[in-house]
Amino acid sequence: MLVFLLLILPVVFVLLTLIFSDKQAKNIALLGSLATLGVGLYAFYQFNLNPTCSCFVYHTDWIKALSADFYIKVDGIDIILVLLTVLLVPFIIQSTAGRDIKNPKAYFSLILAMQSALLGVFLAKDALLFYIFWELALIPIYLISLIWGGEGRQRITFKFFIYTLFGSLFMLLAIIFLWIHNPARNFNIYDFYKVGTLLTAQQQVFVFIAFYLAFAIKIPIFPLHTWQPDTYVNAPTQGTMLLSGIMLKMGAFALIVWLIPIVPLGWQLASKYVIILSVISVVYGSLMALTQHNFKRMLAYSSLGHVGLIAAGIFAFNLQGIQGSLYQMLSHGINVVALFFVCDIILNRMKTDTMQKLGGIRNVSRVFSVLFLIALLGSVAMPLTNGFVGEFLLIHGVFQYNTVMAVFAGLTVILGALYMLRAYQSMMHGETNALTETFGEITTNEKIVLGGLAVLVIFFGLFPNIILHVSEESVKQLIEHVQNAAVLVKH
Amino acid sequence: MEQLVYLIPLFPLVSFIIIALFGKNLSKSITTFLAPGSILASFIVALLIFGAQLSHNHAVTVPLLSWFHVGNFNAEFSFLVDSLSIIFTLVITGVGFLIHVYSTGYMHDEKDYNRYFSYLNLFVFFMLLLVLGDNFLLMFVGWEGVGLCSYLLIGFWFRNINYSNAANKAFIMNRIGDLGFLLGIILTFGVFGSINYHEVFTQIGTIVVDGKLITWITLLLFIGAMGKSAQIPLYTWLPDAMAGPTPVSALIHAATMVTAGIYMVARCGVLFSMSEFTMHLISIIGISTALLAASIALFQNDIKKVLAYSTVSQLGLIFCALGVGAFSAGVFHVVTHAFFKALLFLGAGSVIHGMSGDQDIRNMGGLKSKMPVTYITFFIATIAISGIPPFAGFFSKDQMLAEIFVHNKVLFVLAVAVSLMTAFYMFRLLFLTFFGEFRGNDIQKNHVHESPKSMTVPLMILAVLSVLGGFIGFPHELGHTLGIHHWLDGFLATSVKMEAAEMTLNTELILMAVTIVLILAMILLARTIFLSNKSVPKSDDEAMPLWKEVIYYKYYIDEIYEAIIVKPLNRISGLLYHYIERSGIDAMVNGIGASVVNWSQLLRLTQTGGLGFYVGAMVVSIIVLIILMFVKI
Repeated sequence: MLVFLLLILPVVFVLLTLIFSDKQAKNIALLGSLATLGVGLYAFYQFNLNPTCSCFVYHTDWIKALSADFYIKVDGIDIILVLLTVLLVPFIIQSTAGRDIKNPKAYFSLILAMQSALLGVFLAKDALLFYIFWELALIPIYLISLIWGGEGRQRITFKFFIYTLFGSLFMLLAIIFLWIHNPARNFNIYDFYKVGTLLTAQQQVFVFIAFYLAFAIKIPIFPLHTWQPDTYVNAPTQGTMLLSGIMLKMGAFALIVWLIPIVPLGWQLASKYVIILSVISVVYGSLMALTQHNFKRMLAYSSLGHVGLIAAGIFAFNLQGIQGSLYQMLSHGINVVALFFVCDIILNRMKTDTMQKLGGIRNVSRVFSVLFLIALLGSVAMPLTNGFVGEFLLIHGVFQYNTVMAVFAGLTVILGALYMLRAYQSMMHGETNALTETFGEITTNEKIVLGGLAVLVIFFGLFPNIILHVSEESVKQLIEHVQNAAVLVKH
Repeated sequence: MEQLVYLIPLFPLVSFIIIALFGKNLSKSITTFLAPGSILASFIVALLIFGAQLSHNHAVTVPLLSWFHVGNFNAEFSFLVDSLSIIFTLVITGVGFLIHVYSTGYMHDEKDYNRYFSYLNLFVFFMLLLVLGDNFLLMFVGWEGVGLCSYLLIGFWFRNINYSNAANKAFIMNRIGDLGFLLGIILTFGVFGSINYHEVFTQIGTIVVDGKLITWITLLLFIGAMGKSAQIPLYTWLPDAMAGPTPVSALIHAATMVTAGIYMVARCGVLFSMSEFTMHLISIIGISTALLAASIALFQNDIKKVLAYSTVSQLGLIFCALGVGAFSAGVFHVVTHAFFKALLFLGAGSVIHGMSGDQDIRNMGGLKSKMPVTYITFFIATIAISGIPPFAGFFSKDQMLAEIFVHNKVLFVLAVAVSLMTAFYMFRLLFLTFFGEFRGNDIQKNHVHESPKSMTVPLMILAVLSVLGGFIGFPHELGHTLGIHHWLDGFLATSVKMEAAEMTLNTELILMAVTIVLILAMILLARTIFLSNKSVPKSDDEAMPLWKEVIYYKYYIDEIYEAIIVKPLNRISGLLYHYIERSGIDAMVNGIGASVVNWSQLLRLTQTGGLGFYVGAMVVSIIVLIILMFVKI
């Protein structure tokens, strides 16, 4: 039941948010997200004690005609993503404090609805349910970007919507295909894992490509990424945070759980190509980030590079790679939300994020510059920050797959530092100008949000075992399954 | 006693946290007490452990906690105490303490006094982690950590965008090396299944390892060393790093951080000596760097730049020695170099302090009467670095030269050439700064004064060390077991012992004598030019011969890097953005979208509203579906 509570709690608070007044909306939403955080942390704690507890499974009939079940479950892999979601949403909601939000009831209820759908994606163990949550998650973020977005929002949001919908259709196709070939005629993920052994290599490659399209668009991976920078720049800050902090992890998570174990041979045949695309993402995203003038757009491209590395680690599909990818999903979520909040603070005060127009902010805003620096260090993978552990394990994982790929993927160590330090320099260092003189110190609320995230950056840099330890067993099982299944088909 | 080793990095860390948390609210006097005090506490613990080590001399591992582990990959926070780590610890905390004290005077009027000391404490913490860690990853943590502090301190005066540029350059160049280091660690794990020094090194000799892999590991690790210890081609950040406050240059960019690469090679001596190729490469890169930097130092007019290039050059010389297997001689020179180079930088800081911030030696001259303590201590350091007995630099340099001589005569000749250039540019610096007539303006002339006690006392202590420091490694040829030489060999003892440089006492004495005579000749030459002839370097506007111009402008290496790396990188990313990202992929996606819209316009024509058409379409569809059912995918 604990798992069901996790899913339903945000929905309850969606309703509460809608009932109360506009003034109360943010506080109720925050309360809701904190309550969910509490349940999530308790679940995490409980999972450490007793991972097989029945409270982590909720399984009931749903659409009998198709044998689709309402089947949600906490396991060692999705618990990390659940933790990410419940951890970030309170920060995302609190980041609106002191900002003028139009129609707050709608805004905050959409954020909570989004949270519920995201949790559903991570927890679902039934393919049809997974698909429904996957699509459900698109609706709130679509509305958030469309209604609260910046200039040109109709065109950009439409493109984003169509692009991801296009990918999802392939996923639906693949799910139906698997259902047809499933002797049990259900959508159960564990049965799907067995189906893989029955499919021919050709069929597996077909399913692989179909799923890949859906997931790669969501992540995104080069060259399916062009919806991303515009959407990130255009969406309101909280939308960008949801998208980059949590939503893109849907894709990466799905690669681990819904793609490779289902068609192991498909992965074996295609891994070379998809790893190359992922590594291209790393280098390409970093190069794109180098040439940007707007901080927000630079962050969008930087995110492309970082998640490219996550994808590369996943496709290597070894222990270091997967563990690294899970850890990096958590770390990247924290870092990117912190950095987009930094951007929001700058935009809110300066009305511009064109880096050349800024400068010298460190002279007038000390706390801000320290917290910004900590988030930046996490992002450039400084040891003892959260980013290092993930990035190290990911490069390690890719290295075991292919040395040359690891060298190219490792370029993120250099290029990441290059564009991040350049950005920090051009905004924070030098003399203040007429614009930045007025910057002032950040508000208490901003200090709390950014400071909290900075604490997480260091905390997860110092104590990675808390997370890695939880997922290791599940990851090992998954890898073992893939290795066995890939062998079975071969002979 | 060794169990207390965790206290050594803990003191500066706690001090950092306190100063960082309270920030500006902490009174200056508390910082003045806390920041140097924490380093002194570490130094005392280090001394106690050193005493214990001297008596029994075997390595002790002190486990603390597990950082992270995935499968059989295990990254531990644990410390290794042996002769190598403790000698570095003593230098870091000892010299570090003196520089902290000096800083309290030097930075006295700085409004960001607390911020300065928080960075400095954090630096010492990371540096100690680097040398005390018992595995490669912990070394890497310290490695990147000191890089971060170096970045923060070079760019301490971030208002000045040039300083901020220098900080970025240092960080990014180091990151290039760090990627090599990181991949080296991963490969080490791949080959040995561990990243723990002990577990890796003891396997050598017991398991058969492909020599190529060892070469790759050592090359990758050495790339890291090239970045941190400023060797060709990654050295250009170090001269720029002089943008930081002068005590920072003394501590980080002369005495400690830049020797991290040497620590790494010495620590992994067992591994490195397995690869002849890497060892040759280290020698070649070392001697090339030493020659290049020494030649640049001959003509520089910025007091700190001369010292910066001198540091690069000395580091190169040490690498050259490491490359022939003279690990303990190299480490010995790191120790003595820390004394006299820190002294030189602090002396330079004192001069700059007296000159109201001016660093150009063309404006100095005749300072010896006005700054007697600075003058005398600077003079001592200059003799020490030039390698004149019985000062510290002589013993360590002599040991390196002797071992280089045994292995390779060409390298030896080049190394002597470096030593001669060193003597020349150092005495040039000394004469131009402290002798002759004062050449600055009147304001400076009236202002010049000796620095306060907090600055001169550290100078005096370092001067004593620069005189006596050499005796800890008294050459064993002259019949003493007093030295650290043998004691230092302890950390290599478990593995393949380096073949000791074997030569007769006579040869060594002759070499020593010849070198000393040549060095004295160079000093005499510098004296003739800069003291007797009162020659002063020309101002930048005046024309100079082409060869001199090329050297004066540092062989235009920075400009070349700019032209072949930085600009192309920016240009490529710009081109990719415009032609691939915007006009390529995105235009294609939009094109597909637009064409879908066009096609749907066409399809809309099928919605005729006529019933007959719909029925017909339905029948066709059903037939198609039936056919599809038979043709299974």
